[in-house]
Amino acid sequence: MAQHERPLSPFMHYRWQYTNTLSILHRLSGVFMSVGIALFVYWLVAIASGKDAYDQSLACFSSPATQVFLFGWLQAFFYHLLNGIRHLGWDLGYGFEKAVARKTGTVVFVLAVLFAALTWWCITSQVTASVYGGVL
Amino acid sequence: MSLRSPLGKVLGHGASKEGAGHWWAQRLSAVALVVLAPWFLLSLISIGDLSYLNVQGWIASPLSTVLLSLLVLALTYHAYLGLQVVIEDYVADQGVRLVVLVLVKFSLLVTSVLGVISVLRIAFMGNH
Repeated sequence: MAQHERPLSPFMHYRWQYTNTLSILHRLSGVFMSVGIALFVYWLVAIASGKDAYDQSLACFSSPATQVFLFGWLQAFFYHLLNGIRHLGWDLGYGFEKAVARKTGTVVFVLAVLFAALTWWCITSQVTASVYGGVL
Repeated sequence: MSLRSPLGKVLGHGASKEGAGHWWAQRLSAVALVVLAPWFLLSLISIGDLSYLNVQGWIASPLSTVLLSLLVLALTYHAYLGLQVVIEDYVADQGVRLVVLVLVKFSLLVTSVLGVISVLRIAFMGNH
């Protein structure tokens, strides 16, 4: 019997565009943040272990590698949060029109970058304060 | 002639092997996180510096203890549901898929218990 042409999975032949980019970013940011939960819980464990353990953990949190990771985490968080709200809107039946979906996608992306930068600035100014005021 | 009801015959036989339970749980935990996660970041910003006494005192206040515990639970639950979907989509081999799913579930369970117990310990032991 002749081999039939089997249907291809969508990702094999769809044109790359903003919709699937945003969708893949939602998954990527979610997976990335899941790894970061370990760091969040390490922070809680350090506080629960007392002042000395906490002060030691501050050294880990202020290392350049962790700082880069945390900034990435914050960026992923705001993107996932805002795009998640966009998804919840779709679940309720709102915002499916092509023009609206495109607009909300852009808003989500721009706001995520802004919110991450603003939060980073607010928190790092405090971390600096606690490193110099608490540890040293 | 079968005595089984029509519903009994079809239950568990769809492509998803289950109902909308997973979908609902993912949405509900998402709604919880829309409230809890920004609350956490705003609190971090507003408690002043991140010295031990400041952070410990903030977590020990009743509202923070409760909301932070809920945050840990919602976060790990939502992460598990999300990772499960990703793993089921991209890990084709049934055996490998099962092992990865179990490993992810166990590690997130350990993480959530560690987080909640730490929050309770901070709340009930005071600073030491």
